[in-house]
Amino acid sequence: MSRKPKGPQAVTANRLGDGAVVYLAETGRWSTRLEEARLLLDAAQADAMLDEAGRDAATRVVGPYLIEVETGDAGPRVASLRERIRATGPTI
Amino acid sequence: MYAYDRHDRMFVHARVEQFRDQAARRLKGELSEDEFKPLRLQNGLYLQLHAYMLRVAIPYGTLDARQMRQLALIARRHDRGFGHFTTRQNIQFNWIKLEEAADALHLLAEVDMHAIQTSGNCIRNVTADAWAGVAPDEIEDPRIWSEIIRQWSTNHPEFSFLPRKFKIAVTGSPADRAAVKVHDIGLRMHRNAAGETGFEVIVGGGLGRTPIIGTTLKDWLPKRDLLSYLEATLRVYNRYGRRDNIYKARIKILVHELGPEKMRDEVEVEFQTIRDGALALPAETIAEIAAHFAPPRYAKQPGFAPAHETLRRTSPGYRRWVETNVVPHREPGYAIVHFSLKPEGGVPGDATAEQMEAVADLAEKHSLGEIRVTHTQNLVLPHVAVEDLPAVWRAAEAVGFATPNLDLVTDIIACPGLDYCSLANARSIPVAQRITRRFADLGRVHEIGPLSIKISGCINACGHHHIGAIGILGVDKQGEEFYQITLGGNAGPEARLGDLLGPAVSADRVVDTVEAVVEAYLAIRAPGEDFLATYARLGLAPFKERAYAPR
Ligand code: SF4
Repeated sequence: MSRKPKGPQAVTANRLGDGAVVYLAETGRWSTRLEEARLLLDAAQADAMLDEAGRDAATRVVGPYLIEVETGDAGPRVASLRERIRATGPTI
Repeated sequence: MYAYDRHDRMFVHARVEQFRDQAARRLKGELSEDEFKPLRLQNGLYLQLHAYMLRVAIPYGTLDARQMRQLALIARRHDRGFGHFTTRQNIQFNWIKLEEAADALHLLAEVDMHAIQTSGNCIRNVTADAWAGVAPDEIEDPRIWSEIIRQWSTNHPEFSFLPRKFKIAVTGSPADRAAVKVHDIGLRMHRNAAGETGFEVIVGGGLGRTPIIGTTLKDWLPKRDLLSYLEATLRVYNRYGRRDNIYKARIKILVHELGPEKMRDEVEVEFQTIRDGALALPAETIAEIAAHFAPPRYAKQPGFAPAHETLRRTSPGYRRWVETNVVPHREPGYAIVHFSLKPEGGVPGDATAEQMEAVADLAEKHSLGEIRVTHTQNLVLPHVAVEDLPAVWRAAEAVGFATPNLDLVTDIIACPGLDYCSLANARSIPVAQRITRRFADLGRVHEIGPLSIKISGCINACGHHHIGAIGILGVDKQGEEFYQITLGGNAGPEARLGDLLGPAVSADRVVDTVEAVVEAYLAIRAPGEDFLATYARLGLAPFKERAYAPR
C-alpha cells in the first residue's frame, strides 16, 4: 500500500476452495463477515499479521492483503468502493 | 457444424482429469498459488472479486442445442443459475468453486467444449460473423476458416507463450460483423480482380490502453496460403514482440514501432520461406473442413407465410420485433432471429439457466438445432422458417428475450466491471441498467435509430468502448467512479475510434450526459441521418455544448 493508512486495517483474501471474500478474524480464523475481522491499529502489527496470513495462503486462502477499515456505530465499514463491493457482493 | 473426432475427445477429457489432479493438489497445499495459477488459467479459471470465474470457449460463436443445455446445467449445478455471454462470443460463469471446477469442465467435455486457450498469452478463441453461413451478402462461410485456424492454433507449441494474448477474427462478407479491424489479426474475405476469393489480412488492431485500427498487411491472400501467412505473422511477432513491458507487448505496438512497411517485409520474408511447406492448404483439406459447414437441408417453404403475415398485420409489437430483431436469410422463406439479451434494467449478456434451456428448445424446434452468440452479447437462431416466426416471438417474449432493440440505443455492450472484475476501476453493468431504464420508451428508442453504446469498467476495454458510437469508460478519481465519454466510434468496415467528449463525468451525471448527447443528435440530425453520420458531419462541438450545459 503506497499511502499511509489513516485508520485501522484488516487482512482480506479470497478463500481457496470457493473464492469467497474472507477476513482474518481473531484467533487466526478466516471469516466471511467483515464484522468479525480483526482490526489492526498499528501499521507494524498489520504487516506482521499479513505475513502470518501469507502462511495460510498455502492451503486456505489466495492473495491476502491489507485493507483500510472505518469504524463507526454501525460496525466496521471498508473504505473503498472496490472493497465495499467485495464485502457485500455485486450491486446489480 | 464441426464435430470432434475421437482424438479431440480424448484430448479434452484427458485435460479435465489432469486439471482435476492439479486442483486437488492445490487444495491440499501441495501446489502453491504461484505454481497453480498458470495451470488454472490454462483451463480458463480466473479468480475475480467474489469467486472463481470460468471462461468457456464457444468457437466462432457457434453452438448447438445440446451444448446450450449443458451450459444451463453448469449454470445451475456449479454457478448461481446464470452465465454471461461476452464480446468474444464466449460464456463466463461468475460463481465457480475451485472444488467443483473440474466437474464443470467435465460437463463441458461431454459436449465437446472446453475452456482451453481462453486465457494466457496464446492464440485465443477465434471469433467470426454471427451470421456465418446464412448472411445473404456472404462470400464464404467464415467458420470454415475459423475452424482451420482453431485446429492450427490449438496447442500450437511455438505459440503457447507469446509476448501477450492474441485474438483473431474472421468475416466472410464485405460487411464486417466481427470487428476485424480491432483484432490482433482480422481476416476479411473478398474477391480479387480475377474473381477469386481470398483474404485481406489486417494486423495490429486492438483496443485496450492503446487503441489502434489495424493495418492491412496483405490486400489479398490466396486461401491455400492462409495458415502459412498467419504462421509467418505470429513468428515475427513472437520473435520481436516486447516481453519487457506488458503494456507494449501486443502485436499492435510492434506494428506501430516497426512501421507497417517493415512489418510487412518481415512477414513476407518469413512467409516466402514457409509458403510451400506443411501449412499450405490443399483444396481437399479445405473441402473436408468445409463439408462440416455445408448448408443444411432446408425444408422448402411455401411463398406465403400466413401465420406470420396475419400477425404482422394485427400485432404492432410483433411487427416491431420482426422489423428490428429479424434479418433476411440467404435461403428464401427463412430468417435470422436475434434474441436480445438487453431487456430494460437487465444485465447485458446475461442469461439464466431457464433462458438457455428455452433457447435450446427453440433451436431444436425451429433452427435445426443451431445457435450463435454475437460479439454484441446477444443470441441468434440462424435458421428460422418465416412461418415459425410468430411461435419463436411468443416463446422469446415468455423468457424476456424479445426486446426489439437490436443495434439500438439500449442494445448496450457492457463488461462485468467492478461488480465482478478484479481489474475494474468502476462499475459498468449498473450504468447500462440505468441507461436502459432511461430509454425504456420503445417508441423513443426507434425514433433515435441505430446507435451503439459500449461500456468498459477499465482501460482494458473488454466492453469495446472505443468503437461505440457512444463509448463509456469507467475511471477512478480519488476513489469515486467517474466515466469518460467518447463519441463517433465504429466497429464496421469504416472502423474508427471514438473522440473524447470532454472531462469525465460522475456516476450521478453519466446517464444525463448520455441522454444530452442523444437529445443533441435528435435536434441536429438531417432527415434520415443516423447518429454516426451526424457526428461525421458536425463533429464534437454541438454534442459537447449540450452535454456539459448546466441542467
Ligand atoms: S474492461 Fe476492465 S473492468 Fe471490464 S471486464 Fe475488462 S478488465 Fe474487467
